[in-house]
Amino acid sequence: MHELAITESVVESVTQRFSGRRVTRVVLEIGKLSGVVPDAIRFCFDVCAEGTLLQGASLDILAIPARARCSACESELAIEDGIGLCPCGSADLVFLSGQELKIKAVEVA
Amino acid sequence: MCATCGCSVPHVHAQPEGRTVLLEQDILAKNGRLAERNRAWFASRRIAAFNLMSSPGSGKTTLLERTIERLRGRAAVSVIEGDQETLRDAERIRGTGARAVQINTGSGCHLDAGMVADALRALDPPRGSLLFIENVGNLVCPALFDLGEGPKVVIASVTEGEDKPLKYPHMFRACDVLVLSKLDLLPHLQFDRERFFEYARKVNPRLRVFQLSALQGDGLEEWCSWLVDRSGPRAEAH
Repeated sequence: MHELAITESVVESVTQRFSGRRVTRVVLEIGKLSGVVPDAIRFCFDVCAEGTLLQGASLDILAIPARARCSACESELAIEDGIGLCPCGSADLVFLSGQELKIKAVEVA
Repeated sequence: MCATCGCSVPHVHAQPEGRTVLLEQDILAKNGRLAERNRAWFASRRIAAFNLMSSPGSGKTTLLERTIERLRGRAAVSVIEGDQETLRDAERIRGTGARAVQINTGSGCHLDAGMVADALRALDPPRGSLLFIENVGNLVCPALFDLGEGPKVVIASVTEGEDKPLKYPHMFRACDVLVLSKLDLLPHLQFDRERFFEYARKVNPRLRVFQLSALQGDGLEEWCSWLVDRSGPRAEAH
């Protein structure tokens, strides 16, 4: 359950950056290949936010689809199941997106 | 799809009632900074650090015991042991004569760079040595946390089934090295090695592969030679 540690990091970073303000919304970017489950983050968020300036804030999670470029045939492809295989048969892929784990934006009152 | 306007590109809409501050900040930035500090410290002391990860019971500690025995006189070795509870693994490693520090994560499921930094202060590994960080037995969470190590090593045993790489692709993708362990048990199992490596390469074609039996010694020399090649003057290049 690394999502608890991840959510704690979000709350800690935002608390440090916006000390003294009230945070009303947090927007995260979570890539499909990041290894982090958005629902688990949502589950942890209210608990981690309680008693901090994020208490009561809403949480929006933007799920970023996974895309890769095949090193063999140079074509770009979407990765659906976490295991990339180019139609040309190669598994040698360079990931272009899907590994994001970011605090995209914060809204303060 | 964007929940506000329905377009297909995820993005942020400013809300009228508040002030939206775009941050674009890596959630794991703090761990990343601590990991870079560890990495610089390893480089300055020419320490080759390996992050060993696997499910519980794959034979990490036994592999380490036998590796340390075989490396005696060839490289100084120290170990950071991560487990939820008990000092048992650190005691086993100390039994071989190597330095070891135990980190107990309690409810935590992985080691992070800050825990490793604390352990390094207690362990004080010598210059030019090999450092093994035995992560908490778990094929999910440890994949995500940079510790400042050199190679990340995933260990899978033949008793686990050949489809582990497909079931836990994040871990096999995050690693540089794959060790298949407990080869001595193969005669008792229906483990398809060819299929296992096919699955592993499907997830990560760049994996460097070792196959060994820590108990009987098969494949250990190749593994140990590779480790020794990573130590000393060439410790930064892995």
